[in-house]
Amino acid sequence: MRTTVPLVIGFIAGVIMLLSFFFRTEGTLIGTASEELLIWSSIIAGFSFLLGAASIIRVNWRQISLRKPGWIYNLLTVIAVFAMMIPALTPKGWLPESLVSLAGRDTGSIYDWFFTYVATPMSQTMFAVLAFYIASAAYRAFRARSAEATLLLITAALVMLWRVPMGEAFLRTLNQHLPEWINTYVMSGINLSVQRGIVIGAALGAASFSLRILLGIERTYMGRG
Amino acid sequence: MVALSAVAWLTICSSSLRARDQPPAPQSAFRFDRINALVAMIVFGGAVLLYTRWAKQGKPLYIRKLAGLDAIEEAVGRATEMGKPVLFIPGIQELDEIETIAGVSILGRVARITAQYETPLIVPVRYPLVLAAGQEVVEQAYRKMGRIDSYDKDTVRYVAGDQMAFAATVNGMLMRDRPAANIYMGAFFAESLVIAETGNAAGSIQIAGTAQPEQLPFFIAACDYTLMGEELYAASAYLSHEPLLLGGLKGQDLFKVLLVIIIILGIILMLLGAAETYLSWFKIA
Repeated sequence: MRTTVPLVIGFIAGVIMLLSFFFRTEGTLIGTASEELLIWSSIIAGFSFLLGAASIIRVNWRQISLRKPGWIYNLLTVIAVFAMMIPALTPKGWLPESLVSLAGRDTGSIYDWFFTYVATPMSQTMFAVLAFYIASAAYRAFRARSAEATLLLITAALVMLWRVPMGEAFLRTLNQHLPEWINTYVMSGINLSVQRGIVIGAALGAASFSLRILLGIERTYMGRG
Repeated sequence: MVALSAVAWLTICSSSLRARDQPPAPQSAFRFDRINALVAMIVFGGAVLLYTRWAKQGKPLYIRKLAGLDAIEEAVGRATEMGKPVLFIPGIQELDEIETIAGVSILGRVARITAQYETPLIVPVRYPLVLAAGQEVVEQAYRKMGRIDSYDKDTVRYVAGDQMAFAATVNGMLMRDRPAANIYMGAFFAESLVIAETGNAAGSIQIAGTAQPEQLPFFIAACDYTLMGEELYAASAYLSHEPLLLGGLKGQDLFKVLLVIIIILGIILMLLGAAETYLSWFKIA
């Protein structure tokens, strides 16, 4: 029962979504059904965030109660969760007039302040750190240890030069057409064809995997099989 | 047969609903401009089902070796010897993405190995629905291996909804817990290198798999093994060794051969300057 019911639901939902591609959705039963399914999935995903909040609090609370190394950061995480959640969810009608603007998620609210001045800068900082990770990964990948790695190094150096105006100007001093050749043969030729090969393979893999799920052959995503 | 009946039934329902509630539309409910996609789907589905049937009948099927997947058991064994955990990330997308479902499927296989060796497993996730599915899959894996007593509900944990907050949390886990093996299977984006490079710095053996072509170079540079594109979707079938699942992979290969023939034919016709009609067959409205 625990396997059959989800499989039947999955099959029906999958077939409806699949058929909605082949039928006009305006004013048809299949269109209405597929739209309803999409709305349901959004509602379920919305409610599931309660599970996420419960998980984050439980995991961090365990670390705090056991006083594990770094428990102070777990405490900060829990405080941050409540500091953003409580003001955002507090109904404005419950608050005195002077505090109404602090509730909700509008501009000037506590939630908005935390999001704009704490969450966003920290997120951007993490993104900026990516530049250093690219440098360290590139150093390892481009070390000329073999003929293939040397070829990769030369190609990468040419592409990197071509991507910046100063590098492009330098390449033009070597040969006037070198930047165009890099674009035509390396990026639009070798690179694009390999990427398309991977994308076609991945699309077929996804289609085959979906078909296996739809027909109930693949059940590993439910912990069965 | 079931699919054909469903199509017929839905055509009737769609037409009757339109006739009752709406003014008559000039167009048919069925999109004939997408018939080429339907034909491709039927051929593809037929190939997959044919090989699945052959697999059911016991015909031997050759599947090429995937070093990355063979290394999973070795990586978990290493973690067991070192007394360190295994970290698994099923991508950073929602459960309605096929890559995430593939990642969760592989998680089930990995959890069976960690349950067998009694190795701690850490699974940080970015979406609560993935959390629910991951918890179910891992619990079933421990139950199947007879180690349900070792199962910890917080093995799969929700860490953050924001992409970079997720990456920061995982980086913290990598540097504090120093897992012996990190397995990344699913959809990854800009955070792929942030996580994989930190895992590399932590000295973990790393196995990654994604169908995002832009992230593959990053994983190749930072990980020991990388599954590319379709290999991610083949992983759960490969690890299960179940003929029924492997049959699906062979069907997929047959369709790929057909595609290669179609592409070569297209190139020849293009060179001859007579490809206009041929190309129009493959355009989807």
